[in-house]
Amino acid sequence: MPVVLRCHPGIGPAVSGTALVAADNFSARYDLDRSRGIFSRPSHQLAGASYVDRILVLDGAKGGVATAWMLHDMAARQIVPRALIFNRVNPILAQGAAFAGVALVDRFAGDVTQLFHTGDQLRIDPAAGTVEILNRDT
Amino acid sequence: MRLTDEENAMLAGELGEPRRWAIAHQIAVGEFFDAADFVAVSQAHIMADTESLGEAGVRFLEGLAAAPEPERRVRVPAITDPRGIDFAVYRRLGQTAAMAALEMRAILALRAFRVLMTDTCINYQTVLAPLRGEHVAYGDTGAVIYANSVLGARSNFEGGPSALAAALTGRTPRYGYHLDASRRATRRFRLAAAPRELSEWGALGGIVGELCGSYWQVPVIEGLAVAPGSDALKHFGAALASFGSVALFHMPGVTAEETVFAGPPPDPIPIGRADITAFLARYAAPGDKLDVVVFAAPQLSLFEIAAVADALDGRQVHPDTTVIVATSPEIKHAADRMRLTARIEAAGAIVARGICFYQSYAREMAEANGWARLMTNSAKLVNILGGYGYRSSLASLERCVDSAVAGRVL
Repeated sequence: MPVVLRCHPGIGPAVSGTALVAADNFSARYDLDRSRGIFSRPSHQLAGASYVDRILVLDGAKGGVATAWMLHDMAARQIVPRALIFNRVNPILAQGAAFAGVALVDRFAGDVTQLFHTGDQLRIDPAAGTVEILNRDT
Repeated sequence: MRLTDEENAMLAGELGEPRRWAIAHQIAVGEFFDAADFVAVSQAHIMADTESLGEAGVRFLEGLAAAPEPERRVRVPAITDPRGIDFAVYRRLGQTAAMAALEMRAILALRAFRVLMTDTCINYQTVLAPLRGEHVAYGDTGAVIYANSVLGARSNFEGGPSALAAALTGRTPRYGYHLDASRRATRRFRLAAAPRELSEWGALGGIVGELCGSYWQVPVIEGLAVAPGSDALKHFGAALASFGSVALFHMPGVTAEETVFAGPPPDPIPIGRADITAFLARYAAPGDKLDVVVFAAPQLSLFEIAAVADALDGRQVHPDTTVIVATSPEIKHAADRMRLTARIEAAGAIVARGICFYQSYAREMAEANGWARLMTNSAKLVNILGGYGYRSSLASLERCVDSAVAGRVL
């Protein structure tokens, strides 16, 4: 049986994919080169890594409102994360996920940057408020 | 969420597609944050720069704007955050005709909703400041934190789609800083020394922001003997929101609301001059060739424009350095009328209208102009630009001007 973790009901469709994890925060404007599809902020723990099609697992949101539009544009250009898992987001990430149709969940019982590991195969069901870790058994 | 008859009618599409999209979007966000219902807002402030919108976002706006006028017209006064292009100066900044064309399409779409093109992030200084207790839907983090804290108004961070949705429905989900419970203080700081000028106020915002690190933290800053001015709290709040995603602070004796802690008051964390000096030193680069000096983020007030003019009087910007001053259309008009623009431009600087640097294709401008080393008195700006490939220095307005004249960081 895969490990199933519960969270607050989220936003967007149920999806599966590969986790990219860091104990760091996130803003599409502050942290990304959205033409190359990589983290571009030198001080970010994921600097140089591609975020495209990954399930990003991060701590929280940074300041700035741009992510609310940018996720939508990134989705249209198909250089968008497949889903977002956070400890707790600000309104901008929720608004951006809702507008872009990107899966987003937060508010777990533990620290998501410890619960999940880079490379984990995850299945997210935002409506149910669950994330399955497919490569780990209970 | 509990919906009224009118909200159900919007959701059913009886009031047109723009309002159906808007309330469906708001319900998705509201339910995510466990909002019980909606609250009416008196105005909306829409961030919609084309760098963020992209082609897809502009097409979305155009699609909604094609609805019949009664269906697309905003229900409350709606204004805009800075644009990405000033048509008078964009070629000098290395921006392209394609960027300008996309900008014009976005403007035409926004006008179709009857949005007022104020193009400013300092609407609380220049358009119509909200009152204590007034619910608004503001779409710039600096505007939100100033309105919530200094003025006692009530807003969450409303990104562009959500602020547009609030303008179309006249309401927003009641969660976060619309609720008394969220406005209680959670962190406590005590100043041993007050900041002396705007870059230091920004540095203080950066320090507190990094220590808070969450939208849901509400810091209290104690220890101010004298009330700072509006521009000081503008820079402080903008940096606090940028570094920490914070949307509300309390400053006893200065800000609008009485400080109430969420629990037992925590021991205060001291912040002194050494902390501010150390923060500024993180961005020091003495002797570096200086490519561009930016006064923006937030846009400049009339007093700040006058200070730039005073600092540049009788001097010439180094030929290898570009100086950009960004302000709102209203302040630009006043600066033109008072000959402040002429004095600044006589020194070789550019005064841009209705834009902000980081919302204006900063990466593409850097590539087009060969810019790498940037200097500013805005802590918010140095925080944002790291991801855009700039190496940024933070210093006082006067030191920025002295450096621009010298062509290197002083």
